[in-house]
Amino acid sequence: MTTTDAVSVPPRVQRTRRERRRTPVTWVRRGGLSALLFALPLLVIFGVFSWWPIVSAVEMSLQKTNLVDAPTWVGLDNFRAVLSDPLLPTVIKNTAWFALLALVFGYPIPLVGAVLMSELRRRKGFYSVLAYLPVVVPPVVAVLLWKFFYDPRPQGVFNTVLGWVGLGPYPWLADATWAMPSLVLEATWAAAGGTVIIYLAALISVPAELYDAAEVDGASVWRKIWHVTLPSLRGVLFITLILQVIGTAQIFLEPFLFTNGGPNHATETIMLRVYNLAFANLGNNFGQATALSLLLAAFLAVASLVYFRLTRSWSTS
Amino acid sequence: MTATSSSQGSPPPDSLAGPAVPAVPTPRAGVAPGHAGPPATSAVLARSLRARRGASGGPGGRRRRGPSDERERGALSVADWRRPQVAWTWRGMHLALLVLLVVWCLGPLLLLAKFAFTPTQDILTHPMALFPNGFTTGNIEQAWTRYHIGRYFMNTVWVALGSWFVQVLVATTGGYVLSVLRPRWAKALNWAVLTTLFVPAVVLLIPLYKIVVDPPVGETLINSYLAVWLPAGASAFNVVLVSRFFDSLPREIFEAARVDGAGPLRVFWSIVLPMSRPIIGVVSVFAVIASWKDFLWPFLVLKSETVKPLSVYLQSMANVDKGTLMAALAISTLIPVVMFLLFQRMFLRGAGLGGAVKG
Repeated sequence: MTTTDAVSVPPRVQRTRRERRRTPVTWVRRGGLSALLFALPLLVIFGVFSWWPIVSAVEMSLQKTNLVDAPTWVGLDNFRAVLSDPLLPTVIKNTAWFALLALVFGYPIPLVGAVLMSELRRRKGFYSVLAYLPVVVPPVVAVLLWKFFYDPRPQGVFNTVLGWVGLGPYPWLADATWAMPSLVLEATWAAAGGTVIIYLAALISVPAELYDAAEVDGASVWRKIWHVTLPSLRGVLFITLILQVIGTAQIFLEPFLFTNGGPNHATETIMLRVYNLAFANLGNNFGQATALSLLLAAFLAVASLVYFRLTRSWSTS
Repeated sequence: MTATSSSQGSPPPDSLAGPAVPAVPTPRAGVAPGHAGPPATSAVLARSLRARRGASGGPGGRRRRGPSDERERGALSVADWRRPQVAWTWRGMHLALLVLLVVWCLGPLLLLAKFAFTPTQDILTHPMALFPNGFTTGNIEQAWTRYHIGRYFMNTVWVALGSWFVQVLVATTGGYVLSVLRPRWAKALNWAVLTTLFVPAVVLLIPLYKIVVDPPVGETLINSYLAVWLPAGASAFNVVLVSRFFDSLPREIFEAARVDGAGPLRVFWSIVLPMSRPIIGVVSVFAVIASWKDFLWPFLVLKSETVKPLSVYLQSMANVDKGTLMAALAISTLIPVVMFLLFQRMFLRGAGLGGAVKG
């Protein structure tokens, strides 16, 4: 059993020796049984609700199934059908547009906020609480509230406020061009606080010595931020970027609740398409829905691999 | 894996002493919290402080504000703050940020609170006016009595409680196996758990639905809380969080207990669990918040009125009278916001920790 033996002894011999020594009784006595019992909740829950579904996804993508009748194997037909779906370019374009807008709105704002907040000498907690507040609002509540804010009439909340400075009224969700930015604005409101807190936690760990050293070299405040603070956040910034892309690529709630993909499919995202294929009125096309979700997952996996390859040389952590 | 995990990594004796430090006037720059003074004094101080604060914060939640905050500095040095130009620029920016945060983050919620007490006609015609035609509690009454918000609210509480229990059970027992018991197959198990972190949720949606419609044992789980509770437990994130914490506990304690004749169950129940209260707190906050926020999955599997949680019910309310809807939205926001304000340290610490683990 000792590792030094295991290195020198050929594998076959080692195995027989181990078998002789590890009878069920010694296994139980050494805590093997209790370890297994303790692992049971994890094994069962992960087995049934995580590992098996992953396998099952591949299986279902090769079947024609409505979950009622017995599934039939159809090979790659589902993938073919999904890839030739006339809506596919639209939903890909919409999802990419959402992800891009979410990056433009949602990526720099929390960073600037967190850097400013980390310089607070008092009431940092108060600022953090304010920033995090929207995150704890249930998403359905946030969407329904913002849907009302986006009332396209001149009496709508946003149109009233913008009217004070002579802007609008804007159509918001009712218009194909305006709808997606409106969705992203709400999504940014709901998520930015979480990112701010992550950055703040990372900022706390910037070593004080680096700032001291920069001061000895006569660096101004802005140079300290540019050359010390931001580079120290590099690792976190890389991770939040890819996590945000992975998250926004699977965006569902906002398009579903705000517009249900409309007007004229302008906000229909990949995830909403998956939902519609599987669960909407004429759906029950579970095979195709799974195929589309697998394609999305494969794309995300490749994208993150490429991303980590590309950034590996710059990233610190 | 920076300050966050290293601070949560210190064993609970430190966490007892940690909160006591701010009470000590001298700045303890660079001194580990465990060395905050003679053990007896700090333990007594800590105990009295904890007693005063009650159970709300938990020892771990307080620690962040301890000595580390005094030691830390930002880009601006004390000397920078003494220079008028720098000081006023930054004060100005901080004030602007505060105004922005109040308008942007708090504003919509204040509006929601106002709408809840405004007659529907005024909400629709003068949304930004402050009670032009008086104040009403009729919206709240409607939402509560006619639309039974309370009932769906209780459904959400059930969903949250069950998910919490399953998540804590799986994460603590799983973490115990992976980090403390460490059988030979722990490495493979750890690997199998970790890989699920890289599978996006979208892949699981439909296969999970299939399993819930027709589970391997027993009846269909559609319209049963189990359909939400059980999948919630399969969170690799929780397992990673907890097993990292367990890794940081001193193994000598377990060895000592084992020598004293404690079995694995006893070690788990009497040593590991009490020591891991901070991390269980974080997992609990995550679990409760997640089940409060979840929409798509309950929307698919909890369809009947008797089990529908609030988020699903609100969605079906989208077209009722605006005043009533706003009151319903306000009620559903109140509880999470109040919980957040009460346990803010734990929330914020958990949110920061989330980034650290992901990072």
